[in-house]
Amino acid sequence: MKKKRILALYSNFAEAMAVISDVRDHKVAGVSLDDVTVISPIEHPELVELLGDRPSHIRKFTLSGAITGITLGFTWIAAAQANFLVQPQGGKPVIPLPSNFVLTYELMILFSVFFTLAGLLITARLLRRRPMPYSAKVGVDQVGIELELEEKYIEPMKKLFLARQALEIREEGRS
Amino acid sequence: MNNLNTNAALTPEQEKDINEDIRWAKINEDVLHSMESPRGAYWLSIIVCLALLSLAVIAEIHQYLYGLGEANLNWPHMWGLYIATFIFWIGMSHSGTLLSAILHIIHADWRKPIYRFAEAMTTFTLLTAMLFPVIHLGRVWNMYWVLPYFSDRGIWPNFRSPLLWDAFAISTYLTSSALFLFMGSIPDLAIVRDSARGWRKKLYAVLALGWRGDDRQWRNFRVAYLVLACFLIPLAVSVHSIVASDFAMSIMPGWHITSFPPYFVAGALYSGCAGIITLFVLLRYFFRFEAYMTIPILEKTCKLTFAIGMVWTYLTFIEFASVWYGHNAVDKELLLSKFSGPYSIWFWQMLFCGSVLPFMLAVERFRRSIPIMFVVSILLNYGMWLERWMIVAPTLSQGYEPFAFHVIFPSWVQWFIVAGSFGWFGLLFLIFVKVIPSVSMYEVKEMIYHRRHLAHKDLSTVMHSRSASAGGNAAAAADPRRTPGTPGLEGA
Repeated sequence: MKKKRILALYSNFAEAMAVISDVRDHKVAGVSLDDVTVISPIEHPELVELLGDRPSHIRKFTLSGAITGITLGFTWIAAAQANFLVQPQGGKPVIPLPSNFVLTYELMILFSVFFTLAGLLITARLLRRRPMPYSAKVGVDQVGIELELEEKYIEPMKKLFLARQALEIREEGRS
Repeated sequence: MNNLNTNAALTPEQEKDINEDIRWAKINEDVLHSMESPRGAYWLSIIVCLALLSLAVIAEIHQYLYGLGEANLNWPHMWGLYIATFIFWIGMSHSGTLLSAILHIIHADWRKPIYRFAEAMTTFTLLTAMLFPVIHLGRVWNMYWVLPYFSDRGIWPNFRSPLLWDAFAISTYLTSSALFLFMGSIPDLAIVRDSARGWRKKLYAVLALGWRGDDRQWRNFRVAYLVLACFLIPLAVSVHSIVASDFAMSIMPGWHITSFPPYFVAGALYSGCAGIITLFVLLRYFFRFEAYMTIPILEKTCKLTFAIGMVWTYLTFIEFASVWYGHNAVDKELLLSKFSGPYSIWFWQMLFCGSVLPFMLAVERFRRSIPIMFVVSILLNYGMWLERWMIVAPTLSQGYEPFAFHVIFPSWVQWFIVAGSFGWFGLLFLIFVKVIPSVSMYEVKEMIYHRRHLAHKDLSTVMHSRSASAGGNAAAAADPRRTPGTPGLEGA
């Protein structure tokens, strides 16, 4: 069944946490914490804790970037040096390891940074094209609780939002 | 100008890094307002920067037409002010890394209102520094020759040369620090997007990358920011160590010194911190940021600068000691000539500005005076710029071979280009702070939130142990939403 998103705005974290606690306690049957997204002006440690373990996979991207930087960087530099065989080397190795370590180190960092940023774009689902319910007030001083629900759970959830003094409720597809 | 009059004793509220009762909506208003209507001095600074830049353009055209000789760059002085200023600007770039990355990792939250412009400073100082190798080439149309790439021109990059390492390190540092700056600005760009109109809204919508502040975004943003901070620290150290290697790996007297890499890194952090103080004072005035760029934060920055200044002083004297006790006749002669030779007037100024003047930062009365700190920070950076010149020029004037002893002072062309680099940096920086929020709104909110949260916990401890003295605050501690002057968000 097609799901819809609803967003309720609250004036403080305490009220938002109360709603999340209600969802956790299954006050609306069929709605769980997995359906909840919190939208806030800052990251709130206690709120994140209440939402449960939601891991971040950014570090895997960083590690991939570091390994790519080391292997690709060294190979690229060594390939360039091997290309210059006609250059007089003055008895020194064609592929000098000490200087290549320095350059590989720089490229490791560069690739790690690129991959981390790519990881952020992917894991944080930035650049997503689907229009989502949003209010500019969450960038100022309000907290939003968003749920992705089947149609039949929308009304009970709205009631819960209102019971917890929601300032405003927005639905996906309605302005 | 009453915002400069801070010599008087601060009230308990002013002793705090930030006013914890400020409303969150007010933070947004203040910062967004700063992007629309700065004081007139902002526009005056733009004009000054343009004037300085035009001096450099005139000098560069002259040098382009008549050659490097017009700059008084001739054997044995092949580098001159260009390389000295290049090192100076690279050094300045370390401020952003220090304030953003190092202080972020150690959870020094007082950095939050001022780290954004320090990061911007990093990016724009690097962009300024990168002009100098190109200008110094003389034949600017061949500037791409300095880049290491697969050669089809029969020119082989020397991979054993620290100059080539420089190209790798600086381009990596510029890319990483620019991305770090951009990434840290995303939540604020979303705020600007939400309040902008017309073409600006479209521009900021693209820059904000669809940020809406959900928990998934915050969680991944935090980790990514921390990871980048961890990478930037060794990167910054490696960049200035490699710049130091440009000198230390040669055999020239005065340059072939083991302690050069840490000496350069300390000098870089020192000038970067002094640069932060200068820009702190300017931005505070231009954008009326008295509520965010507070005297206690200025004091903390000054203390940090003083500590780094003392490290630099120690390493300077260690360098003298290692030359003195090393008993290398040529090195020793060069050292003595720095104290009493043709460059001595500059050398003594460097020692005074770098090692004596920072003691003003140790005095609370001076630290709390914005005009004094503004002047001191500029003089500290003057000292740091002289330091770089005193590394380059005396050695080139007095190498190993007596027939190559030659003192050459820079001509107007070099001086104009150096002055123009300050105009170029200033222009880029001033445009940036007008377009991107120079105070991080979300970080300031976090700072306030966590400090109040901590204060409530402390207050409840006081309340339990000394309920009588807690007075009216006891109720506020019990119910945070009843706290007077409540910012937008409370509770939890």
